[in-house]
Amino acid sequence: MKVIDFMGQRKLAAAFSLLLLVVSIASLATRQLNWGLDFTGGTLVEVHYSASANLTDIRATLESSGFAGATVVSFGSDRDVMIRLPLGYTDKQGAELLGILQEAYAAAESGGTVELRRSEFVGPQVGDELREQGGLAMLLALGLVTLYVAFRFQLKFALGSVAALMHDVIITLGFFSVVGMEFDLTVLAALMAVIGYSLNDTIVVFDRIRENFRKIRRAGPSEVLNISITETLDRTLVTSGTTLLVVIALALFGGEMIFGFAITLIVGISIGTYSSIYVASAAALAMGVTKEDLMIPVKEGAEQDDLTP
Amino acid sequence: MLNKYPLWKYLLVLFVLLLGLFYAAPNLYAPDPALQITGESSAQQIDQKTWQRALDALDEAGIEHFGELIGPDGRNALVRLRNADQQLVAKSSVSRALGDGYIVALNLAPTTPAWLSSYGAQPMKLGLDLSGGVHFKLEVDVDAAIERRMEYYFNATKRALREERIRGFVTLGKDGRIEARFKTEAAREEARELIAEQSPELILDRVDDGDSWNLVATMSDQTRKEIADYSVTQNLTTLRNRVNELGVSEPLVQRQGQNRIVVELPGIQDTAEAKRILGKVANLEFRLVANIDAAPSEKQRFEYRSADRAGASEWLERDVIITGERVSTAQASFDQNGQPNVQISLDSEGGTLMSRATRHNIKRRMGVLFIERKYRTRYEVGEDGREVAVKIPYDEKKLLTAPVIQSALGAQFQITGLDNPLESSELALMLRAGALAAPISFVEERTVGPSLGAENIRMGLQSVYYGLALVVLFMVLYYRVFGVAAVVALGFNMMLLVAVMSMLGATLTLPGIAGIVLTVGMAVDANVLIFARIREELANGLSPQMAIHSGYERAFTTIMDSNLTTLIVAVILYAVGTGPIKGFAVTLSVGILTSMFTAIMGTRALINLVYGGRRVRKLSIGGRQS
Repeated sequence: MKVIDFMGQRKLAAAFSLLLLVVSIASLATRQLNWGLDFTGGTLVEVHYSASANLTDIRATLESSGFAGATVVSFGSDRDVMIRLPLGYTDKQGAELLGILQEAYAAAESGGTVELRRSEFVGPQVGDELREQGGLAMLLALGLVTLYVAFRFQLKFALGSVAALMHDVIITLGFFSVVGMEFDLTVLAALMAVIGYSLNDTIVVFDRIRENFRKIRRAGPSEVLNISITETLDRTLVTSGTTLLVVIALALFGGEMIFGFAITLIVGISIGTYSSIYVASAAALAMGVTKEDLMIPVKEGAEQDDLTP
Repeated sequence: MLNKYPLWKYLLVLFVLLLGLFYAAPNLYAPDPALQITGESSAQQIDQKTWQRALDALDEAGIEHFGELIGPDGRNALVRLRNADQQLVAKSSVSRALGDGYIVALNLAPTTPAWLSSYGAQPMKLGLDLSGGVHFKLEVDVDAAIERRMEYYFNATKRALREERIRGFVTLGKDGRIEARFKTEAAREEARELIAEQSPELILDRVDDGDSWNLVATMSDQTRKEIADYSVTQNLTTLRNRVNELGVSEPLVQRQGQNRIVVELPGIQDTAEAKRILGKVANLEFRLVANIDAAPSEKQRFEYRSADRAGASEWLERDVIITGERVSTAQASFDQNGQPNVQISLDSEGGTLMSRATRHNIKRRMGVLFIERKYRTRYEVGEDGREVAVKIPYDEKKLLTAPVIQSALGAQFQITGLDNPLESSELALMLRAGALAAPISFVEERTVGPSLGAENIRMGLQSVYYGLALVVLFMVLYYRVFGVAAVVALGFNMMLLVAVMSMLGATLTLPGIAGIVLTVGMAVDANVLIFARIREELANGLSPQMAIHSGYERAFTTIMDSNLTTLIVAVILYAVGTGPIKGFAVTLSVGILTSMFTAIMGTRALINLVYGGRRVRKLSIGGRQS
């Protein structure tokens, strides 16, 4: 097998990553995220019109009924309409709004109906809490994962994998900020899945690096890394490929409610695959990972051997 | 290297798969749309005549129905419908025919065959985003409850000092502290002892500011926590009772964190109605039982509330001694003889009123009325010619109990002569229903309409199918026979995942389905790792049998490491997340565990069956082989 010189390209990769990171952070700082209802609080009503809905009429109806600041957009199809009210409305207004729309539609003698698809009300304090909880979950995940990798491998690898994870999370968040897609609870869940996935990828590569450091005696760290990444490349691409296949299916067929979830995974998995090849290993190399770091045999649990088929 | 499993390993794999099949099977039986009818109170039985009226209404509306069944205690009944679209029409015609006093709720009746359900095999529960329904999050205003309790201590302290003729000046600060000033140190010490004896929960601090001796009373953190807990638990109990009144088939009322309560009502669309019942205020009235010679204009007749005494009634005076707002606490307890009783504390004003009313009426009886806001339905023809149901509110007053007044009552007294602890705790709950319950507010509300729920299921399943199909196609093309083994294992993995979810009684949500889809993609990873390794070993010149063996063995630690880290993330998601995130975390972690079994042991068993124990020259695993 021909060894590909991944580490030789690491300056180029670093420049590419840096560019993405700078753009992401700049966008997050200036445009911020388009926080969804879960995090901002407020009221959301989604309705289904039996015939194509006229958004201008709906806006006029709402304005004249005293719903100032309501945003009306079509959602998925031209019959589905999503109305979002800013904070300051109470939990009772969702039902009220539906009634007003139904009356207005009946009064217009269109003969059609307006059906409630879903309505959500989130109080402001709940939104703040969810945001706090989400951030906490993310930090906790990063922290525990670092501990696990440091325990199973070595601290330099742990720092390398965390660098890769932060890289993935920031760039995925940056994507959401640049594109202006809504960031809601399901997107947060997907982001956590990306952490899990990207780590999964990184660990497979690290595992091979550890093995090769012990096996190949006459090779510098950079060469061992190249060999290891090349050997695992097939698997990395196949797994990313199958996972991408299913999340693309999810994005195409899953419907509006999990579209954001699927997009997060598509972006996150692509970035995660790239980062487990270039960022994690390069970071470990930059920290000066050597043969000696891994020569002390890591104690393997006896019960694990028993499980081997 | 023969690559043969001992027989017990094959049997183990087979056993696990059969078990999985058994517990996953109930999910194949689609539930019937149904109506559930419940009597509003325990006295409201559903007899054959009532039932026939309901079924006639269905026939009249031209709705096909079957599987009619009255429950064993006669309190609820179920009828299955052929067509889910007719559920709403069926509901309104049945509730119209039965009138008030019966709750008609939409329901999905399981069709699990008896031979499955008798072994505890049940289908997965569907989350609100799939079944449609309402999700409420309520917040209990714990601070208000604490404030109220402090006010009670304040009044009690003032009264005690007055009664003992200790001169002092008592104020209630905004920060919830009671401050008492005394002219002499002796007075302060006397007051200190008195308050400590009367309200041992208070922390008393001596503070001197030069011209007076002061006493500052605060509530300990422990007491605050107890009050907070108490008010949340009480609201929880009350909400459970009210939710039952809604007649929802599988409601969920659950405490969340310090002071939140989550209520989930599948199948409910009318949030206004649900909120009205959940936020219903109950109250109490204490009145004397009227003397026999009382003029008719001075007395009123009330029926007992409990089913045991259905029909019995008492005449009460029209004058109300106190109402429920005056009740500070009511607790079920036992007297020194071990007899159940209920201890009641009133606030100071309530105590004064109570002692004034009972002082001269010893040996007479006092009735406690329970007042509930109820609604009567009237059908009116609206402007558009369609019939609309109009709810007219009224207060229903029923008698809880009417004990004999043994002595002049004050701010604290007890009701004795109760038959059992169950009765005393029920009575205490009712008595507390008035004022003490801390106010609750809705902080989150999510409604999913039934059409969106059905669509979510359809689209969720569709993406599972397409995702699965793509992965199957790829794996078979890329890994040939080994790919087929991986695909078979993937199928079994899906089945085991569904089986474990059903066994755990976990709820399937839309993010949960997304988690399953993601599992499909990731479950093959273990096989990809193994197969890539086998290919490598073959390229290194190992014999096919050796390559299989070494591929499985060497990929194992990698699989463990990578899956364990993902599991860590999934567990954190479960622990920290709420609602949709939890559903995703459940399927993800169950999926990781089941996939480890099927991808490692399952495929190995298959590969061993195909290649094990014979001479093999070439493996059908795709890729270039030397």
